[in-house]
Amino acid sequence: MTTEPDSSADAAEPRGAATATAPPQDPPPAGGPTVAAASKPRVGTADLIFKNLTRTAGFGLLALIAVIAIFLVLRATHALNANTGNFLTTEEWFPNASPPKFGVAATLYGTVVSAAVAMIIAVPVAVGIALFITVYAPRQLSSVLGYIVDLLAAVPSVVYGLWGLIVLAPHMKGIQLWLNDYFGWIPLFSADSVGRSLFVASVVLAIMILPIVAALSREVFLQVPIAHREAALALGATRWEMIRTAVLPYGKPGVISASMLGLGRAMGETIAVALVLPASFNISAHLLSPAGNTIAANVANGWGEANDIGRGALIASGLVLFIVTMIVNIIARAIVARRREFSGSSA
Amino acid sequence: MSTATVSGPAVDSGPDRLRLRGQSLPRWVPLAVAAGAVVVSLLIYLLTPVDSEIQIVLMAALGFLIAMTVVSTVVEGGRRARDRFATTLVYTAFLLAVIPLIAVLVSVISKGAGRLDAGFFTHSMNGIGARDVGGGIYHAIIGTVEQVLLASLLAVPFGLLVAIYLVEYGRGRISRVISFFVDVLTGLPSIIAGLFVLAFWVLALDQGFSGFGGALALAVLMIPTVVRSAEEMLKLVPNELREAGYALGVPQWRTILRVVVPTALPGIVTGVMLAVSRVAGETAPVLLTVFGTNLINSNPFSGEQSSLPLYIYSQAGQPQKFAVDRAWAAALVLIIIIMVLNLIARVFAGRNRLK
Repeated sequence: MTTEPDSSADAAEPRGAATATAPPQDPPPAGGPTVAAASKPRVGTADLIFKNLTRTAGFGLLALIAVIAIFLVLRATHALNANTGNFLTTEEWFPNASPPKFGVAATLYGTVVSAAVAMIIAVPVAVGIALFITVYAPRQLSSVLGYIVDLLAAVPSVVYGLWGLIVLAPHMKGIQLWLNDYFGWIPLFSADSVGRSLFVASVVLAIMILPIVAALSREVFLQVPIAHREAALALGATRWEMIRTAVLPYGKPGVISASMLGLGRAMGETIAVALVLPASFNISAHLLSPAGNTIAANVANGWGEANDIGRGALIASGLVLFIVTMIVNIIARAIVARRREFSGSSA
Repeated sequence: MSTATVSGPAVDSGPDRLRLRGQSLPRWVPLAVAAGAVVVSLLIYLLTPVDSEIQIVLMAALGFLIAMTVVSTVVEGGRRARDRFATTLVYTAFLLAVIPLIAVLVSVISKGAGRLDAGFFTHSMNGIGARDVGGGIYHAIIGTVEQVLLASLLAVPFGLLVAIYLVEYGRGRISRVISFFVDVLTGLPSIIAGLFVLAFWVLALDQGFSGFGGALALAVLMIPTVVRSAEEMLKLVPNELREAGYALGVPQWRTILRVVVPTALPGIVTGVMLAVSRVAGETAPVLLTVFGTNLINSNPFSGEQSSLPLYIYSQAGQPQKFAVDRAWAAALVLIIIIMVLNLIARVFAGRNRLK
């Protein structure tokens, strides 16, 4: 039984392999050991090489993340040491001046606010689209619509930016004036003048992440067991009651993680925002005033004229963005993992 | 309100006592209410200073929602009214969302089609200023194709190996850690990938801007997508196939390469195509690593290149009409390329679906 330790050394084998190789050990027929003895060593080396190749790739992925983090931090600390302002609370962005003074406060504020407003607009509408496609629309129409939503999710963001700049921004003037006229008593909507504001950027972001969130939510709603839906309807529920009791509870974790993915996209979106916003560095609660900037847009706009410290400062702000999106992702992952625990079966 | 008064007494005193569903609105009522809402909002538009067409649509939708709920509550009762309310909300959400999304496509097609001629595909921007007519995307198409191909060459084998490790070998904590970081990479904002290659390749290793730098950044973005889709597909391969391989004395690595991967191949190809179509439209990482140029540079390993998204961005940023026209035309070309890649991937997936 020299084969015994050999196979246990290859600890990692596919699930089925353990049960498949176990039975032959009990009856030792005449041919069995010779075949194993002849083939096992050769199998071992080749297998080991291939296994280590894939494992190296796996560790390479970890190394890649480490290298990303290390190089961003290295470049960033260089600039942060030269900074005369507080990086987290300063609103100004003069990294190219001497002495350099810059902070991430204004751009981080713009990033979070524009992404949050985009979520408030996009998520309910996206859930509506997903419900329409899965529950309300006739069957043939629904598969076509699902296709279209998937395709729209693939439209590159630079196209949304171009459209937002040239088509949407002029049209948004009216609705911003209207919001200002009737809801101006809320500080959020008061403004001296309206224009290419954070609000417009949020609407562009909302339109951009809409198909992404809708496509993922649709997938989740499609997985609701038909039996659940039919059971609700058989008990006399109206269609809305069926959605509320069968579809939404089942799909909620999926919708949340889809929204988080959309949030991550909205926060990291660069070009659409860079084209729409006028790039000013101040924290203002007035969503409609033509002002504001986001971290990603600031990198795209500012890096052309940046000197060494300036590039380091942009990389430092990118690091902040990285951390924020990572937190969002971890939250989303935790929510999805919890759902798996609760539902018990893999649907 | 006339329907309420007419049909109300009919049920109370009539002979038809088996109408369990209660009163319901005739089918023409929603249409009538919708027409009314549109008329009222148009009247408001004509009589008061309203500034935008978007508002008419919003007001009509809101008016329809309120009126329909009131009518339904009066005639049909609370539960049915709530059902109608939700139905209306879902329909309006759908219509409201479809308008801008279709508007994006319509404006790209209508504004972009004007510049789509042979010269647009066969010329670069060499010597063409923002005010000049002419110019084309030849150099940008070369750049996009080379960068995306290089990125795929880097990302696909690597991603596939990681997926094989996670599905076939990975056990315990290490594979969970790797899987977690694949998720982290999935959520990585594209500009961070660009900043990384800028800090690592362009500045620290002093390699300068090149198409290959762009390919590196795009590869970082492709890897998690490739890993995830390949992982899903490998998991779908039935265990019986693996066991059959082992039972015939085939070593594990050959079983994986000759049985498992070929079985999952159609799905993996679909995932790769979707990843390619996503990175082909990425602007931010390319902006930071490839830099952009107006000249034709077909060598991705040295010197600045251009790419389609970068071209759109630089042309859209200029106020002149001819530049913006070029941006629209390039956007149309980019969308067509991505849609075709997407459609091929989906047709492929539909035909070879693994059950």
